[in-house]
Amino acid sequence: MTNSWTDIRNTDLVWIMGGNAAEAHPCGFKWVTEAKAERGAKLMVVDPRFNRSAAMADHYAPIRAGSDIAFLSGVVNYLLTNDKIHHEYVRHFTNASYIIKEGYEFNEGIFSGYDESKRSYDRSTWDYEFGADGFAVRDMSLQHPRCVFQMMKEHFKRYTPELVERVSGTPRDKFLKVAEWVASTANGERAMTIMYALGWTQHSHGAQNIRTAAMIQLLCGNIGIPGGGVNALRGHSNVQGITDVGTLAAAIPGYLALPTEAEPTLEAHLSKRAFKPLQPNQTSYWQNYSKFFVSFLKTYFGAKATKENNFGYDWLPKLDVVYDALRMFDVMHQGKTTGLLCQGFNPLMSIAYSGKTTAALSKLKFLVSMDPIETDTVRFWENHGEYNNVDTAKIQTEVFMLPVTSFAEEEGSFTNSSRCIQWKWPAADPYFESRKDIEILSDLFIRIRKLYEKDGGKGVEPLMALDWSYKDPVAPTADELLRELNGRALVDLKDADGKVIRAAGQQLASFGEMRDDGSTDGSMWIYTGVYGPTGNLAQRRDNSDPSGLGVYGNWGFSWPANRRIQYNRASADPQGKPWSEKKKYMYWDGSRWSGPDVPDYVPTIPPERSVGPFIMNQEGVSRLWVRGLMADGPFPVHYESFESPLPANPVFPKVRGNPAARVFAGDMEIFGTAKEFPIVATTYRLVEHFHYWTKNVHANAVMQPEFFVEISEELAKEKGIKPGQLVRVWSNRGQVKGKAVVTKRMIPLKVDGQIVHQVGLPLNFGFIGETKKASPINSLTPPVGDANAQTPEFKSFLVNIEPVSGPVA
Amino acid sequence: MFPPIANPSTKPVEPKFGDKDLIRRSASSITPAAQRQTEVAKLIDVSKCIGCKACQVACLEWNNLTEEVGINVGVYDNPHDLTPNTWTLMRYTEYANPESGNLEWLIRKDGCMHCEDPGCLKACPAPGAIVQYSNGIVDFIHDNCIGCGYCVRGCPFNIPRISKVDHKAYKCTLCVDRVAVGQGPACQKACPTQAIVFGTKDEMKKWAEKRITDLKSRGFKNAGLYDPPGVSGTHVMYVLQHNDKPEIYANLPNNPSISPIVELWKGATKYAGLAAMGAFAAIGFLHHVIAGPNRVSAEDERNAEKLAKGGQS
Repeated sequence: MTNSWTDIRNTDLVWIMGGNAAEAHPCGFKWVTEAKAERGAKLMVVDPRFNRSAAMADHYAPIRAGSDIAFLSGVVNYLLTNDKIHHEYVRHFTNASYIIKEGYEFNEGIFSGYDESKRSYDRSTWDYEFGADGFAVRDMSLQHPRCVFQMMKEHFKRYTPELVERVSGTPRDKFLKVAEWVASTANGERAMTIMYALGWTQHSHGAQNIRTAAMIQLLCGNIGIPGGGVNALRGHSNVQGITDVGTLAAAIPGYLALPTEAEPTLEAHLSKRAFKPLQPNQTSYWQNYSKFFVSFLKTYFGAKATKENNFGYDWLPKLDVVYDALRMFDVMHQGKTTGLLCQGFNPLMSIAYSGKTTAALSKLKFLVSMDPIETDTVRFWENHGEYNNVDTAKIQTEVFMLPVTSFAEEEGSFTNSSRCIQWKWPAADPYFESRKDIEILSDLFIRIRKLYEKDGGKGVEPLMALDWSYKDPVAPTADELLRELNGRALVDLKDADGKVIRAAGQQLASFGEMRDDGSTDGSMWIYTGVYGPTGNLAQRRDNSDPSGLGVYGNWGFSWPANRRIQYNRASADPQGKPWSEKKKYMYWDGSRWSGPDVPDYVPTIPPERSVGPFIMNQEGVSRLWVRGLMADGPFPVHYESFESPLPANPVFPKVRGNPAARVFAGDMEIFGTAKEFPIVATTYRLVEHFHYWTKNVHANAVMQPEFFVEISEELAKEKGIKPGQLVRVWSNRGQVKGKAVVTKRMIPLKVDGQIVHQVGLPLNFGFIGETKKASPINSLTPPVGDANAQTPEFKSFLVNIEPVSGPVA
Repeated sequence: MFPPIANPSTKPVEPKFGDKDLIRRSASSITPAAQRQTEVAKLIDVSKCIGCKACQVACLEWNNLTEEVGINVGVYDNPHDLTPNTWTLMRYTEYANPESGNLEWLIRKDGCMHCEDPGCLKACPAPGAIVQYSNGIVDFIHDNCIGCGYCVRGCPFNIPRISKVDHKAYKCTLCVDRVAVGQGPACQKACPTQAIVFGTKDEMKKWAEKRITDLKSRGFKNAGLYDPPGVSGTHVMYVLQHNDKPEIYANLPNNPSISPIVELWKGATKYAGLAAMGAFAAIGFLHHVIAGPNRVSAEDERNAEKLAKGGQS
């Protein structure tokens, strides 16, 4: 989240799209009901289904799954053509004024630089025009035909309300009401928050969905202000934490880059990340990248990381390609993987195209599951009739189950969607032989290292170099690990005058103290401060809120720097005055930046220095145009999902799916056609369950006992399906059977002249647990991912449906 | 924001009310409590309810109840009805509002309404099986219950359920054990959106007023408080977007009242002072008209009679 859960209470308009907060985030949703009840805020929901959030909404607009960019681009176009934008914000705080260099083109859905054989772009033309001084050229009047603002007008003008209706199936009046409500916040007086989740990410164009939303918020001036923001609702209690700590396929902790083979030396790695400012006076905070990266290396390799050996850079693995989850299973499917360690992971259920997952797992020599519960994945070899119809005798994979403690049985920290790191203490003793994840991994590490010490082996150096100086090497504590993420001074740190600001051995108070000469460590710069010299701030539980704005600055610790609203300098105008009294947050008080939060800015830089509020960006402003930072284009474009009910993309007939999305060899033929599979399907979770865990919990199983399929009354009539009847749903990859929930909440949409039916498939069921047995829902889903993040396209694919004869419940 | 109820103290607390506070006792005449407790109420704001069923789970957990894992029959309601173990249940209704043209998903938490004038208590022939405390809570005392099922027929909301295991009647207690030590009910504690709030009846009415003003400002011109006068008001109240049509909320009764037969029976016992045989006959007759034949075993009838005599002597 750019903002925080508690900040949602400050909003005037909540827009939920690409998510279903009432369903998937019921406790966070309280801030929506609070804003509605206390501020009279309005709630609007755009979703393929009239869902639990829609039940709370003042306005609901239906949409065809997978057409979000057309809808959102329609809103961008509405704001631009009706001149409903926050002019001063757009002019000064975005790159609207930047001139795009000549050579950039966009023709019939394809940007310049496309290589069809590689399904990728040469992004060199997607850049600014640079002056002789090395800085990007701007036109503050926003009139230059090649300035971002004018290019945007040109790019988005095609997305008229008529086109939105044609592509997304949203009735025109319902779309326009959304656009008008959005426009009502483009003034610095009112704020809109956007809440989204996997309904936006799980598309072959997922990252661009979110980006289009960010553009809308920037045009309205809703970033950096209370009650505003683009807010990602994270689906696990600590999924923000695991993302932060570097489980992304191409990142090390703190969103630093995992080196690639193209960066053989530390210098090569760092030189790509110099991030020089593109305007005079700009902060471009990523210029400090080397300090964070070297501190990371110092934590990993300790005293063995020296200036002479480039702080152990050579010991880091270098990526040939990015091993995201889809690729991991593709490689496994090719028979190239020996063993898989599944830690809190149930891939048979959660990875697209379960048929391929089963085949891949069957090719492993061994599978280890570390989990508090028995997952479907560890039983992948077991025949469960039609729900998991495998030939056990043919599977030779050896499976190990290591029981681990659950979150409630161990201490540690959770990082929530608000980026707030909160410590938690064990509530119960562990069961039987279960051990903590940390202890199992440490034990494994120590045993493996001993074997290598004894027998030697290939590539042993990194293993031997790794610093493992925990008090008890087989059982590092959560406290030690959080200290390590935070970092400390390794020698006395002195300021320019030679005064010691941090004594050797002391924890660092902020990442501003990190250095790239090996004198500090800290494996995750963004968390620095959480465990500083004053102790573990994640344990703070002070719920006082002096400003009344839901800041709660002394509750836990929000990264970075305990900041609750990111980009908060943008809550004041270029002169440092609040945009309005209603949205007063951070402002220049004549000598420094004041307000209830930690300024996202150097606190003493006066407004007249014209340092932009988006200090992480080289421009100092936010990006409506993203240069070459995204794989599939500097502006968003409507592409159809890889499986689409339409014969062609109504906006760009020559380009169907995202041209830069990756499709593995052999996977192109597993997409179904609209002729055989005319119905759009979308998957989601239910409030009664938590992913695939709670089907093992009796009370949850009582609340939603059995897999079902949500269909419209019209489709039920067409197919002869009665409420409660068993139906079969199948795609080109597999089939599932479930009970029909025939509902007014699903409505057929008229899209490009044809009627499109959609069905809803909840994902929480499986063949292990207390709920009725069901096939993995991902038997149906296609293994194609987003062009940038490789998140699978779970939210929009094609199926067919028929009733199964037998008694109707 | 409605102040959240604080976490319970870990030290045992003296119950704030108990047997001395009874104002009604089934098939018994009692001296009303000398001092009345402040009336309490649970307010269920349907317009804030997201239907997450946390209240249902909290009810199972607090009351140590185990419900069977059922099946899906084509709706979100699970289980499909109240049972001896499910004392509260979310009921989902899809309502196409003819005036606005909008679809509304009305989600009502069903359960005992804790009527000020409780039909179950009036119909109950077993002395002390149903009681009402002076704070308004209506509670079943299972040691005294004979499982005759009259309470089911006496209830205008169709709430109590008879267990097939121990043949006793079960329903929401309004977490009388929690309320007695100053806590709100478990469902209220678990509700993430403050769709369920708990306090004195006066506070709850004030809270409801604010919600109704908000709903009216959003176009629900018939928004209102459901506190039906036919049962002299209830200690579980609803804020409804369409208070003029409570029946659209999964058949919430419009103007509920106690069955006249129950009232008649009540009057007869009170004023005629029936003899034992007469009482037996009356119970038999009443049983026939209210519960239908063959719902209560002969042994239960005998027990009822015995208990009834003992209680009135």
